[in-house]
Amino acid sequence: MLNYEAVLNNTITEIQPSGIRKFFDIAATMKDVISLGVGEPDFPTPWKIRNAAIKSLERGRTGYSSNRGLNELRAEISRYMLRKYALRYNPDTEILVTVGGSEAIDAALRSVINPGDEVIVPQPSYVCYVPMVKMAGGVPVIVNNRAENDFKLKAEELKEKITDKTKAIILPYPSNPTGAIMEKKDYEEIEQVIKDTSIVLISDEIYSELTFNGKRHVSPASVGSLKERTVVINGFSKAFSMTGWRLGYTCGPEEIISQITKLHQFAIMCAPTTSQYAAVTALRDCNDEVEAMMEEYDTRRKLMVKGFNDIGLECREPEGAFYAFPSIASTGMKCEEFCEKLLAAKKVAVVPGTAFGESGEGFVRASYCYSTDHILTAIKRIGEFISEI
Amino acid sequence: MNVQILKLLAKDARMSASDISTVTGLPEIEVVNEIQQMKKDGLIRGFRTVIDWEKLDEFYVSAIVEIKVTPKAGLGFEDVAKKIARFHEVESVYLLSGDSDLSVIVKCKSFQDVSRFVAKELATIESVTSTKTQFVMRRYKELDVDLDVTDPDQRGVVSSC
Repeated sequence: MLNYEAVLNNTITEIQPSGIRKFFDIAATMKDVISLGVGEPDFPTPWKIRNAAIKSLERGRTGYSSNRGLNELRAEISRYMLRKYALRYNPDTEILVTVGGSEAIDAALRSVINPGDEVIVPQPSYVCYVPMVKMAGGVPVIVNNRAENDFKLKAEELKEKITDKTKAIILPYPSNPTGAIMEKKDYEEIEQVIKDTSIVLISDEIYSELTFNGKRHVSPASVGSLKERTVVINGFSKAFSMTGWRLGYTCGPEEIISQITKLHQFAIMCAPTTSQYAAVTALRDCNDEVEAMMEEYDTRRKLMVKGFNDIGLECREPEGAFYAFPSIASTGMKCEEFCEKLLAAKKVAVVPGTAFGESGEGFVRASYCYSTDHILTAIKRIGEFISEI
Repeated sequence: MNVQILKLLAKDARMSASDISTVTGLPEIEVVNEIQQMKKDGLIRGFRTVIDWEKLDEFYVSAIVEIKVTPKAGLGFEDVAKKIARFHEVESVYLLSGDSDLSVIVKCKSFQDVSRFVAKELATIESVTSTKTQFVMRRYKELDVDLDVTDPDQRGVVSSC
């Protein structure tokens, strides 16, 4: 028999599958679960967008697009970045359309990391960053964000982790799973820490449309001198309810985007053309649809936060994304134990905070991509669970 | 008047004052008073449930009746529209631009009942010159509610993204 161990790439084989897979597997097989576990919008893609895709198919627009993406889509992205975040990007040289934000994160990391380079990853955060850094030959360095700082990345804590090997910093805001956002002053402090270095910022802004309390999303690229070192990553999945379309984009300095474009060109060719036509309509014509979804998320967000606090789980107000991240400290349980017992006893699924890094211990992630009735029923059951332990 | 409360109630008439208070940030008592006041002012006219009657054996039949009217001097269409609105069988009355003058939604227990009502009550109104009755065959969407959607949630139970 072939010795597969000898065949396979060591970097890949050494990457551990997520530790909470067991919990996910149990949850996936259970019936009648009331879940707050999914980080994906419950709204279908607005019909106008779906219709634009259908029309493009009817017209037979089914070939490759240019490697960088359709001209008209890049032009729309350029206008959108200016309109929303006061950022100017040249659609011909500074914008690349990718297969979801995920491809853009991966390609951005690979375009800057040399073997052994360190990349700072704030946690709790989405699970892909650490494995992606490793796969690119880099060394992930974790900064554990703290609840008392509203899970923001603090400049002084970042500073402690910077070495002469630090190549890049991941900025995952608005944050999955904590709902934390970063404001202008937060980035100004970070600018002070890195301004004399050549550290690159990889800013994953996939939840940028989802900010609340009148606070607009701030891209680090719009702060001070940071634009020249920032690779902005965004996409259509969350804001436009387009997860399955697999469409994202990245904007940044021409010098970096041109290298990312090479990776994209040779590995991917181009993002799905049908999705790209749909995305043009999303950016051009769907303000009202997006606004209606945001209003609904905001309603749910407020009800969820109050619901958790009312049943005795302290929950800070998330200001971005679509997750609440309540503390379960009052129950005395570890978060995985809490989630497993809650699932067994009340058939309610939430995600343990440790899925997003060790610093997620003591918290669970609850998504509000569900109807208010669903959310309130789930929280009621969690309340019963807590009162019975 | 509070537009935010109206928007929330327009989406879900059952939303409790306590939940509205959570979402708007207004004290619960103020929400209750505001809703009372808006009822008093005639801004909030009623709370209804969207029902898919087709799911029942004994369902209602609706028809959209387009009516042409000779307007009365001095009264225009007001007089006849108000008269039509008084009937129990009439669910809605709208004044239209274009070919017809009034659009009336009639709801009865059977097709025969609708026909009888239109012939006997609407067509005989003095200034009504013609009626065109169109039966509703199927409802797809009513008051923003998609009645056609039966797909269960396709998403999994848990994910980290």
